[in-house]
Amino acid sequence: MSSFLAFTLFGLFSGAAYAIAASGLVLTYSTTRVFNIAHGALGMVMSFVFWDFSVRQGMPLWLALFLVLFVVAPGVGWFIQRFVTRGLGEGPVSVSLVVTVGLLVGCIGLATQIWPPEPRSVQPFFPGSDVELFGIFVTAHQIITIALSGVVAVGLYVLLNRTRIGTAMRASVDNPELLKLFGGKPEQVAALSWAVGTSLAALAGVLLVSTVGLDYYALTLLVINAYAAAMLGRLKSLPLTFLGAMSLGLITSYASGYLPTDGLLNSVRNVVPALFLFVVIVAMPQAQLRIGQVKGIVSAPQPSLFRALGWGGALLLGVAFLATAFGESKLLLLGTAATYAMVMLSLVLLTGYGGHVSLAQLTFAGVGALAYVKLEQANLVGLALSALIAAGVGALVALPVIRLTGLYLALSTLAFGVIMEKMVFQAEFAFGFNGTLGAERLSVLGVTIGSTAAYVWVMALFFVLMGLALLWLRRGTLGRMLIALRDSPAACGTLGLDARWFRVGLFGLSAGMAGLAGALYAGLRGSVGAAEFQYFNSLPLLLLAVVFGVTSVTGAALGGVGLMLLPVFQSSNPSAAGLIFAVIGFGAVALGRDPNGLANQLFKLGRLLDRRFGTKVRARIPVLPAPGEAQRRMHAEAEANAGAEPSLTSVGLHADGSVDVPLIADPSREVGAHAAPRG
Amino acid sequence: MPLLEVDHVVVQFGGVTAVNEACFAAEAGRVTGLIGPNGAGKTTCFNVISGLQKPTRGAVRFDGRKVTSVPVHRRSKRGMGRTFQRLEAFGSLSVRDNVRVAADIHRGVLGAVRGLGSSSRGGVDALLERVGIAAYADERADSIPTGTARLLELARCLAGDPKLLLLDEPSSGLDETETDDFGDLLRDLAAEGRAILMVEHDMDLVMGVCDEIHVLDFGSVIASGTPQEVRGDAAVQKAYLGYAPEDEAEPAHVGSAEHPAESTRTDLPVLSDDTTVLPPVGAGPLPGGAR
Ligand SMILES: Nc1ncnc2c1ncn2[C@@H]1O[C@H](COP(=O)(O)OP(=O)(O)OP(=O)(O)O)[C@@H](O)[C@H]1O
Ligand SMILES: [Mg+2]
Repeated sequence: MSSFLAFTLFGLFSGAAYAIAASGLVLTYSTTRVFNIAHGALGMVMSFVFWDFSVRQGMPLWLALFLVLFVVAPGVGWFIQRFVTRGLGEGPVSVSLVVTVGLLVGCIGLATQIWPPEPRSVQPFFPGSDVELFGIFVTAHQIITIALSGVVAVGLYVLLNRTRIGTAMRASVDNPELLKLFGGKPEQVAALSWAVGTSLAALAGVLLVSTVGLDYYALTLLVINAYAAAMLGRLKSLPLTFLGAMSLGLITSYASGYLPTDGLLNSVRNVVPALFLFVVIVAMPQAQLRIGQVKGIVSAPQPSLFRALGWGGALLLGVAFLATAFGESKLLLLGTAATYAMVMLSLVLLTGYGGHVSLAQLTFAGVGALAYVKLEQANLVGLALSALIAAGVGALVALPVIRLTGLYLALSTLAFGVIMEKMVFQAEFAFGFNGTLGAERLSVLGVTIGSTAAYVWVMALFFVLMGLALLWLRRGTLGRMLIALRDSPAACGTLGLDARWFRVGLFGLSAGMAGLAGALYAGLRGSVGAAEFQYFNSLPLLLLAVVFGVTSVTGAALGGVGLMLLPVFQSSNPSAAGLIFAVIGFGAVALGRDPNGLANQLFKLGRLLDRRFGTKVRARIPVLPAPGEAQRRMHAEAEANAGAEPSLTSVGLHADGSVDVPLIADPSREVGAHAAPRG
Repeated sequence: MPLLEVDHVVVQFGGVTAVNEACFAAEAGRVTGLIGPNGAGKTTCFNVISGLQKPTRGAVRFDGRKVTSVPVHRRSKRGMGRTFQRLEAFGSLSVRDNVRVAADIHRGVLGAVRGLGSSSRGGVDALLERVGIAAYADERADSIPTGTARLLELARCLAGDPKLLLLDEPSSGLDETETDDFGDLLRDLAAEGRAILMVEHDMDLVMGVCDEIHVLDFGSVIASGTPQEVRGDAAVQKAYLGYAPEDEAEPAHVGSAEHPAESTRTDLPVLSDDTTVLPPVGAGPLPGGAR
C-alpha cells in the first residue's frame, strides 16, 4: 500500500513538471501556431545554465533560479520569437518544423560544447528536509514542484483572463484577425508568449533535473511528454493539458513501479510517453483542412531527362574511379555516404515534393536493415521485400494520424523513432542490446558482389536509379498532385482528392526508399546494430537534407556526403564535437526557410558559368546541345505572351524551372495568388 | 426541390456565433447571390457547404441527400465545386497545370497511377480559353494578378464539371470589362444547368446577374428575394447602413457589456465596394458578433 502511495506521489510530482512544460508548449503553439520541438531542448539548456550559475559559479540558489527563470529564459524566448520563428506560423508546417528541429539540434550542440560531458549533479531543493506522510517519505522538492504547478495554473489563468494582454492572447488563439480588431498587437502577444513559454520550459527542466540528471537528451525528450499531455487538450485547452500531464505522470510512475523487470514489458517503461501519445492521437477527432495560410512557393528544379541521365552517368563514373582508388575504410565511408544520400532521397520525395516532415527516417532505414538481415535472402528479392516491409511500417505510422494534419504526423514519427529504438531495435528478437547481427553481401542474379569497391558502385547505381525514378515521378501526374497537395490541401479536397490515403501512400513509399537504403547498408557493413539507426540521428539527417536542398536529387547526394563526413570530422576534432551540431542546427535555423538549399545556389552558379562560358565551350564541341534548350524556348514564349519582358524573371523563374523565391511569400506583394485583397 | 439546401446551420467559434440558424437554397440553372456586410458569415457558410467546416448544428442537403457529415472530397465527387476568397491556387504550378491537376483528380488517383497519360491538353486549354485566361497558361500561378487567379480557380473547378459552383467574391480584382465578361460567363454556366451560389460585394454584378439573393447579417438570413425585392428591403438597408432610412435617430445593435467592440454599425463601409476595409480598430463591429 505504501509503495502504491509512493508511486502515486512520484507520478504526481513528474506529472506536475510535465504540466508546467506542457502549458508552455500550449501557450507558444496556440498564440503563434509554431510548434516548438525545441521546447524540451530549451529546458535542457536552461537547466545547464542553472547548474552553471548555482554550482559552478556558486551563486545562491534563489539568485540562480531568479536569473534563469526571469532573465535568461524569457530573454532567450523573446529572442527566438523575434529572430527565429517570427512569421513561421503562417507558412507551411514543414518549415516551422525544420526550423525548430534546427533549434533543438543547435541547443544540444551548444550545450555539449559549453558544458562537455562530465558527471554533474544538481541537488533537489532543500535536500534532507523530507517529511513522513501516511508512511511514505515526501521530499520538499516534490511538494514544491506540485505546488508550483498549481501556481503556474493559477498564474496562467490570471494572465489569460484578468489582464489585457492575456485577453489578447486568448483572442489570438481563436482568431488572429479578431485580435487585430481588438487593437491587440500580435507581435507583442507572440513575444510575451514565447518568453513565458521558455520560462516554463526552464522551470520544468530545473525541477526535473535532480531526478532525471543533467543529460543532453533526457531533458530534450521532455518535449514528447509535454506534447503527449498537451494533445489531450488538442494543443489548446490548458485545463485538459494539466489533466493529461498528471495522467501521464501517474501512468509512467506506475509503469516503472509495477511492470516486470524483464522481457518486452520491461522496455515499455521507457516509452510510456510515446505510447500515451499514440493512444491520444488515435482518439483525436478529425482535423479540418486549413485554409487561408500563406503557401510555400518553391519548386524543385527539374532537369531534363537527358541532363539527369548525363549527371547520373557522371556520378557513376566518378564513384567507379574513387572505388578503384580508395582503400577499404574509405570505401566504407563512401558506401555510408551513398546510404545517407538514398535516405535523403526519400526525404526529397516526402519533404521536398510532398511537404511532410519525418523525424524518424533513419529508423525506417533500420527497419529495412533488420528485415534484410532477418530474411537471410541476400538477393534482389530479399532487398525488395525489405523495402516493402519498411514501406508497410511507414504506412502504419502514418495510419493513426491519417485524420490529422502534418504537424501531428511529424511528431508521431518522433515518438515512433523512440519506441522503435528502445523497444524493438534493442530487443532480443532484433539487434539485441548493444548487439549486432551479421548480414551478407547482396548477390544479383546469382553473382555475389563480394568486393567492397563493386558493392559501393552498386549502391551508387541504386542511388542514381532512385533519383531518376523520382524525377520521372515528379514530372508526371502524381508529381503534380503532390505539389498541388503541398500548396493547398484545402483546394485539393474541394477538387475531390482524398488526401488521407494519398498521404499514407506517400509516407509508405518514402519509408520504403529509406528501408532499401538501410538494407543495402547492412549488406555493405556485413554487420549492423541498433546504434547505427539511433532516432536522434534522423534529426541532423533531416537538417542536412534541407540545408543542402531537399527539393533536388543533387541536394540529396551532397547531403549524404555531408552527413557521412560528420562523424569523421567529429572523431578527428573531439573537442569540437558539439560545435558541429550547433553549426548544423543553427545553420538549418538560418536556411530552413528555403528548402531548395545549397544545391540551388550551385545550380545558379552553374547557370552563371554557362552564360559566361557556355557558348564558347559549345562552339568548340559542336555535338553538345545547350542544356535546357526546350525549357528556355518555352520560357521565351511565355515572356512574349506576358508581353512584359521582366515579369517572369522578377519572381526568379529560371530556364530550368527552378526558383529562388523565399518560401514565405511576402503577403503584401501586389500581384500574386497570395496577395489577399481584403480581410 | 432545390439542388442545395442549407437548413438552420449554426457555426460557433468559441464564443463567436459566425452563422446563426441560416436557411437558404440554391437551384439548378439559376445564379443565387449571398450578400452581407463584412463578417456576416458568408465564407463560413461556404466552408460548411463544401465540408471544410463542421457546423455546430444544422444540416446541408445536396442533390436530394444530406451531406452534413460527408467529407470534403466526396462532396466534390458528388458535384460541388468552390473557389476561395483567400486564394488557394497551386502557386508552384503553372496555370495550365493547375487545371490539369484538377482534371486528373477528377479522373481519380487510380486512373492517374495507371498512367493513362494525363488529361488532354486540349480540354484544359479550352477551359482556360472559356474563362479568358489562356494568355497566362504557362505562367506560374503565384505570379499572376489576383483577378486572374480567381478566374483560374473557377477554371480549376470547372474541370470537375460540378453541378453546384460556390464562388467566394469571384470578381474582386477584375476591372469593369472583365467583370462584364464574367457576368456573361456566369449566365452561360447557369444556362448549362448548374446551380451557382455567389458571395459578392460588387452590387452592380450581383443585381445584374442574380436570379435570387439571400442577405446574411450576423450569421442569419435577414432577407431573400429577387434583386428588386432585396434592394427595397428595410432590414437590408439597416444591415448595410447601420440604420433604416426612416428611423435615423436610433442606431441599431447597441453593444453589450461583454462585447464592448460591438457598438453601432454606422461606420460600415458602403455597398458595392471591393476595396472595403475592415472598420477602424476599436470602433468597428465585432464581425458576426456574439449576441
Ligand atoms: N476559423 C475561425 N475561427 C474563429 N472565428 C472565425 C473563423 N472563421 C471566421 N470567423 C469569424 O466568423 C465571422 C464570420 O466570418 P466570415 O469570414 O464567414 O465572414 P464573411 O461574411 O465571409 O466576411 P467578408 O465579407 O469579410 O469575407 C467573423 O467574425 C470571423 O471573424
Ligand atoms: Mg468572406
